[in-house]
Amino acid sequence: MKDIFKIREVWLAIVIAAMIGAITLRSPSFASPINLGQIFNDTSILIILALGQMSVILTRSIDLSMAANLCFTGMVVAMLNASHPGIPIFVLIIVAMFVGLILGAINGALVWKVGIPPIVVTLGTLTIYRGSTFVISGGKWVNADKMSPEFINFQRVDIFGIPVLSLTAILVVIVFQVFLTRTPLGRSIFAIGVNPTAAVYTGINGGRTKFVAFCMSGLLAGLAGYLWISRYVIASVEVANGYELNIIAACVIGGISIAGGIGSVGGAVLGSLFLGIISNALPVINISPFWQMAISGSAIIFAIVLNARSERKQGRIILKKAETA
Amino acid sequence: MSAAPTVRHIPDRLDKALTSILLSWESLLVLVAVAIFIANSLASPYFLDAYALSDLTFNFAEKALIALAMALLIISGEIDLSVAATMALTSTLMGFAAQFGVGTFGLVIIGIAVGLACGVFNGFLVTGLGLPSIVVTIGTMSLFRGVSFIILGDQAYKGYPESFAFFGQGYVWGVISFEFALFLVAAVIYWFLLHRTNFGRRIFAIGNNQVTAQFSGVRVKRIKFILFCLTGLMAGIASILLTSRLGSTRPSIAQGYELEAITMVVLGGVSILGGAGSIIGVVLAAFIMGLVTFGLGLLNVPGIVMSIFIGLLLIIIIALPILWRRFGWLIKA
Repeated sequence: MKDIFKIREVWLAIVIAAMIGAITLRSPSFASPINLGQIFNDTSILIILALGQMSVILTRSIDLSMAANLCFTGMVVAMLNASHPGIPIFVLIIVAMFVGLILGAINGALVWKVGIPPIVVTLGTLTIYRGSTFVISGGKWVNADKMSPEFINFQRVDIFGIPVLSLTAILVVIVFQVFLTRTPLGRSIFAIGVNPTAAVYTGINGGRTKFVAFCMSGLLAGLAGYLWISRYVIASVEVANGYELNIIAACVIGGISIAGGIGSVGGAVLGSLFLGIISNALPVINISPFWQMAISGSAIIFAIVLNARSERKQGRIILKKAETA
Repeated sequence: MSAAPTVRHIPDRLDKALTSILLSWESLLVLVAVAIFIANSLASPYFLDAYALSDLTFNFAEKALIALAMALLIISGEIDLSVAATMALTSTLMGFAAQFGVGTFGLVIIGIAVGLACGVFNGFLVTGLGLPSIVVTIGTMSLFRGVSFIILGDQAYKGYPESFAFFGQGYVWGVISFEFALFLVAAVIYWFLLHRTNFGRRIFAIGNNQVTAQFSGVRVKRIKFILFCLTGLMAGIASILLTSRLGSTRPSIAQGYELEAITMVVLGGVSILGGAGSIIGVVLAAFIMGLVTFGLGLLNVPGIVMSIFIGLLLIIIIALPILWRRFGWLIKA
């Protein structure tokens, strides 16, 4: 099994390298370290979100409300910053993560305690969270001139030549890698996805594990909320509209199975980078940015076909899937 | 002559007790719809007006047409998130054709054909290649709308023939709009298809247990393929109506319709896990969503705030029966 995963990520990395190489033929400065660093920085928010989405997808669930959560928490911190410029930036980031966590926990609680299918829950909360953004803001925007300089500049500060935004993404990637592969909770997320029945027999609480996964995706959506608002320096109801599908696309391209249990942190990162490189490369090679959507759509379909082929090589199922009532 | 042998009659369904009808999902929806209707007429003096109520139907007819086909698809255990993108692509290609002077009849043919083609594409990917429909249709959603963006960019198509406006703006009889009449006819057809034909029974069979259905001789893949085609077809028809109503096409047309159509289906009592649901429920849910958005619109509530009500309605109305069951179980125990 492990070999297949390895091949999968190596394969994706080769495709990305080939893409960078092909674009560099057209525009030599594209592969420069500065530009590649820029692309990584641009993709950081997507990477953070994709890791949150991944932990949910691994448990056979889906979180459609991440972009709405991002929009809501972003508005909360932007309004806090606009009305109380004195609040330190670290407090605001903690507030963002906390608000995101609460919104994620609402999703998780509805899935765990009430037993509504995740897709229905998050379809509902998607509209509720985005609508609530309108309610708290009264439909007004928070512009750059209302935000404090620290709020805007914090994520642009370079530490050892790397912007804080990129560092945050790197940190989240490392924490997630350790969490998913080295902790009991992380392993139970995989176990629930691979075989829920077997997982229950080994003493894993399926509902609670899903709840935790939703909390994680909420927390990361909250963190991304601050990062997004301070990067694009505008908070409005329209922020990240429809972005939930980009997040899922990054996961799918990264080889994370929508049927749960299959996926890796490396895959999610590479899937995000794939989309990030496409959106950065199109203007460079003189293709209208309007092509981006169709290209990522084709990439998703292509990736699913490949995913399906690698998933067929699964081991023998010893314990039959139980009928879910 | 001996008496004719007595034939034991075994009904294929048991007679429903009155209480079970009263406690059914559909009755709950009727109650909610009536409550919203009364609340609306008390809240706004403009609500109880034939033309206002007729306007109301424009609010949901297009999405509800898609919801009818989507209900069948979801009952069979699949889903199609690409319907709004299908509408965008259909509308774009109709607009493209209209630039070359294609007449109303030709545009309708194009609309139906493009919608159907998108459905065939989805159906092929899901049933032909055996891929999970939720991610396939997320992919085709980007692809279809992406093609619209490639063709149109930030431009818009206008200049549809005058007679084309009838589909989205015309009235068939008195205050009954063409859109509403078409929705009612389609609802009857889908009701018949799902609840009165072998095809419909097979959809339920697939949704309840695909493997059993396969072993019982149901052509699972073929039926699912047909359902994807039907969903694409309905999206094409909905696109004709919407394009005709707006009179212009942008690539962002019908954005978010897929989620509203699915909300209608789920609100209508169709199990998102497949195997259960009724067309009457979906029709009632369409009315409820239309009533909520229209009533709140008369009260000058912005559209985005209405979406909170729709979202809450979706979660509460699904949570209630589950909590009710749990509550009842607690009392017995």
